[in-house]
Amino acid sequence: MSTSTETRVVVIGNGMVGYKFCEKLIAKEKEHFRLTVFGEESQVAYDRVHLSEYFAGKSADDLLMAPRDWYSEHGIELYTGDPVVDIDRERKQVRSHHGLVVAYDYLILATGSGAFVPPVDGVEKDGVFVYRTLEDLDLIQSYARKARKGAVIGGGLLGLEAAKALLDLGLEEAHVVEFASRLMPRQIDEAGSGILQRQLEALGLQIHLNKSTQLIQGTDHIEGLQFADGTELPVDMLIISAGIRPRDELAKIAGLETHPRGGILVNDQLQTSDPSIFAIGECALVHQMIYGLVAPGYEMAEVVASQLIGNVKSFRPFDMSTKLKLIGVDVASFGNPFAQEPDCRTITYDNKAKGVYKRINVSSDGKTLLGGILVGDAEQYNMLLQTCKNLTILPPNPEDLILGSRGGEEAGAGVMGLPDEALICSCEALTKGQLCHEISENGQTTVEALKKSTKACTGCGGCTPLVKDLIQGVMKQQGLYVRNTICEHFDYTRQEILDLIKINQLTTYNEVLNELGKGDGCETCKPLVGSVLASLWNENILQKDRAVIQDSNDRYLANIQKGGTYSVVPRIPGGEITPDKLITIGQVAKRYGLYTKITGGQRIDMFGAHVGDLPFIWEELIEAGFESGHAYGKALRTVKSCVGSTWCRFGVQDSVSFAIELEERYKGIRAPHKFKSGVSGCIRECAEAQSKDFGVIATEKGWNLYVGGNGGSKPQHAQLLAADVDKETCTRLIDRFLMFYIKTADPLTRTATWLNKLEGGMSYLKAVVVDDVLGIVADLEKEMQLLVDTYHCEWKEVVENPELRKRFSHFVNVPEQKDPTVQFDSMRNQTKARDWKTVS
Amino acid sequence: MEILQSTTTTWHQACTVEDIPADGGACVLIKGRQIAIFNFSRRNEWFATDNQCPHRHQMVLSRGIIGSQGQEPKVACPFHKKTFSLRDGSCLNDEHYSIATYPIEIRGGIVYVEV
Ligand SMILES: Cc1cc2nc3c(=O)[nH]c(=O)nc-3n(C[C@H](O)[C@H](O)[C@H](O)COP(=O)(O)OP(=O)(O)OC[C@H]3O[C@@H](n4cnc5c(N)ncnc54)[C@H](O)[C@@H]3O)c2cc1C
Ligand code: SF4
Ligand code: SF4
Ligand code: FES
Repeated sequence: MSTSTETRVVVIGNGMVGYKFCEKLIAKEKEHFRLTVFGEESQVAYDRVHLSEYFAGKSADDLLMAPRDWYSEHGIELYTGDPVVDIDRERKQVRSHHGLVVAYDYLILATGSGAFVPPVDGVEKDGVFVYRTLEDLDLIQSYARKARKGAVIGGGLLGLEAAKALLDLGLEEAHVVEFASRLMPRQIDEAGSGILQRQLEALGLQIHLNKSTQLIQGTDHIEGLQFADGTELPVDMLIISAGIRPRDELAKIAGLETHPRGGILVNDQLQTSDPSIFAIGECALVHQMIYGLVAPGYEMAEVVASQLIGNVKSFRPFDMSTKLKLIGVDVASFGNPFAQEPDCRTITYDNKAKGVYKRINVSSDGKTLLGGILVGDAEQYNMLLQTCKNLTILPPNPEDLILGSRGGEEAGAGVMGLPDEALICSCEALTKGQLCHEISENGQTTVEALKKSTKACTGCGGCTPLVKDLIQGVMKQQGLYVRNTICEHFDYTRQEILDLIKINQLTTYNEVLNELGKGDGCETCKPLVGSVLASLWNENILQKDRAVIQDSNDRYLANIQKGGTYSVVPRIPGGEITPDKLITIGQVAKRYGLYTKITGGQRIDMFGAHVGDLPFIWEELIEAGFESGHAYGKALRTVKSCVGSTWCRFGVQDSVSFAIELEERYKGIRAPHKFKSGVSGCIRECAEAQSKDFGVIATEKGWNLYVGGNGGSKPQHAQLLAADVDKETCTRLIDRFLMFYIKTADPLTRTATWLNKLEGGMSYLKAVVVDDVLGIVADLEKEMQLLVDTYHCEWKEVVENPELRKRFSHFVNVPEQKDPTVQFDSMRNQTKARDWKTVS
Repeated sequence: MEILQSTTTTWHQACTVEDIPADGGACVLIKGRQIAIFNFSRRNEWFATDNQCPHRHQMVLSRGIIGSQGQEPKVACPFHKKTFSLRDGSCLNDEHYSIATYPIEIRGGIVYVEV
């Protein structure tokens, strides 16, 4: 099969670094190499660095480094779920678990590392996990459903990330157990650890220091931890994150040199003791150390790929700066964080009240930055890192770097002040000069576009803020400015339009168009303005000139369906309905020949209504006490509920009553997109509240509030906004959250997408709606209360108003005649819409 | 209710001005044919087109949102947002489709369409 001119390369390990090696090699030279990849995991390579985002709603596909097709498209033979079990160095061939034998000219070991599990009695019990692969996360997620208390052994970078994940999974208690006397001892100093600990405790983590775990208690599944000092901690599940262990077992079998404490020994060229075998990534021991980060791994991939095409290249000591993601508290360390006087001058800023600690180490001559630590506020991380790496000459008052200048110009010159050679994205080795060129010459002016064209920000993601600044900087230099404006008729964003309409007190579309727009408007701006007017003033959406600016659903207060008929959905708050009301629905549906179906939101949808029948149908429904369900609007759909403590033997609170209260409160309110909610009576979550825009789950002490969840085509779990709050507080927080969303989201953006795009994400949202950093919560609550107080049932108004009612006919010249083209077929004793005719 | 005779088409009294919402549309039935009538109130400009969207043959165009694209007056189908010029009936975002347009006149508060 292979010709003699082909060089056969086998890669063992389809992880982040193994994948990157393939990508780099084929980018350099495709023709002369024949690449075969073996991976032990059944998944193709995925982004392990962002593994925790799997819990935040990313799918396994979202995390892939490249889809499976990518390999075949580039002629790479890929075997996943089939680890290599033997290397025959004499014959230069490898053998896989399934018995495949493949010959190589060069062999690349990229086997990564596994979690190090200390030899504690009981680690084999059910409920004990490690945190390394997608499979681990699946196991953790399903076990967490029935667990209440969880712990993590290990207070390092990964351990804290795992502990945060436990909280996000909804466990009532999440503990961190650390052997040392403080958290993250390898990255930050004592003062920093102290501040970090307090911040994490405020988030709800319980931290136990100086604890050496001796025994994992329980019969077949874990019930608790027992420590050397005699104390115990009852838990239902445990994640062990006590460090990593390089996967060197295969290298050992093959007789390659390894280190007694783990790691495949390689030289600066990353060659093992066999010159045709290289090791890269977390399995390689180079410069006497394991580089447990992705950026140095990528650089190793580059070094080996370059050598295979004949260049001379070696791996030099690599920067180990880190910034912790996802934890809710910023933590970063860079350069030499621990350098001490007299080798340097140390400047610290310690604000216990605010939970912020910063330290920088400046060279004795005051000219360059040697390293530092940031806890609680790591905004300056990227700038400081670059200043440090590029040996940029410091300003006369280096303390401005961490304190921000007090008056006067910004300290340093920001990212635009860095030299062109400054490395911005270390994972992909992209300099400032290269990125500026992409932005200014090739017009890649968004992070997304740059990700595609340069791969910047796709590795650890740490450079994203800097890349954003760079885009802004370059655009500003060129006098460009991009905004998400509505359409050709309005040169404003949705948020700007909302503010302007409010300031100018405009209430009709034509006023808005005259004051702020041009042309005749269109199907984009009209419904948008309609929604903003409704969000601000809550007047009937069909009155004044507003009917004709609404999308067909809002215009007819019903959902248009195939064939041009409408569906009718009365509100059934919390899914609770009396037998009499059920009978009314049955009678109405029979009378008007409607198809009935239970919806996913616990109510009843009636399909197939002629536009002219709508007011009559509603007359009967209103008579029986129903109100509009707003299924047609960008508004609250339903607050789904489980039966809770009123009937369920597990329920700890009355979820139905709370769901009804919430649905009654927010019904009819117009937003940038529809929004849904749910209330569960206990942690079992039968109402699926965490898949909703806002969801509430009962606890022993009160209610947990989650926001930003989504079902639909991009499912995403909601995130915890507040725990154990009472009903009043919960409602107040929902008021603020919803109003903040309504006022700032782009059109047709669900809360999940809005939150994903929100700069600072969940921590920022918390800062705004819980801690009130912007000082706006009183206004948000007031604005929401106005909407609640001005609620009216739109259908009631139409039924009672002959002018509005007149608009509900198919032919204005023969109002009593129905559209003769409407046709139904029958199916299971009901009607269904006739299929589209697709030929034209 | 024919008033003027031409060779193959006839002017019909369709409805009153008040029957059509300002800056919007409504549908009339003329000789068994469904016609959508639209108006722009600022310029007192009126248009008549087919009510059927050629995309999935739905009788819904009169319920669409009207507006402009550059100087071109248009209507957007509520179903899949194909937009049609109200002047010549061409589809502005999919060249495969087009709709018929009809001459229209307003006299004494009455809307007349030539079909
Ligand atoms: C939760 C988490 C968070 C992290 N956060 C960060 C971060 O913020 N920043 C950062 O820089 N780094 C972070 N890391 C570390 C980063 O993920 C690793 O440095 C990186 O994945 C190393 O890549 P690798 O290819 O060497 O190893 P891996 O990605 O582990 O890939 C090795 C692959 O080889 C497979 N394999 C092993 N033996 C065999 C065999 N015999 N045959 C076939 N296949 C085999 C393994 O199953 C695995 O799939 C994090 C790691 C975790 C787990
Ligand atoms: S979530 Fe809890 S209270 Fe509600 S039905 Fe399920 S088990 Fe019962
Ligand atoms: S999932 Fe698709 S087909 Fe089903 S109701 Fe929603 S839009 Fe219609
Ligand atoms: S039916 Fe009109 S666009 Fe599809």
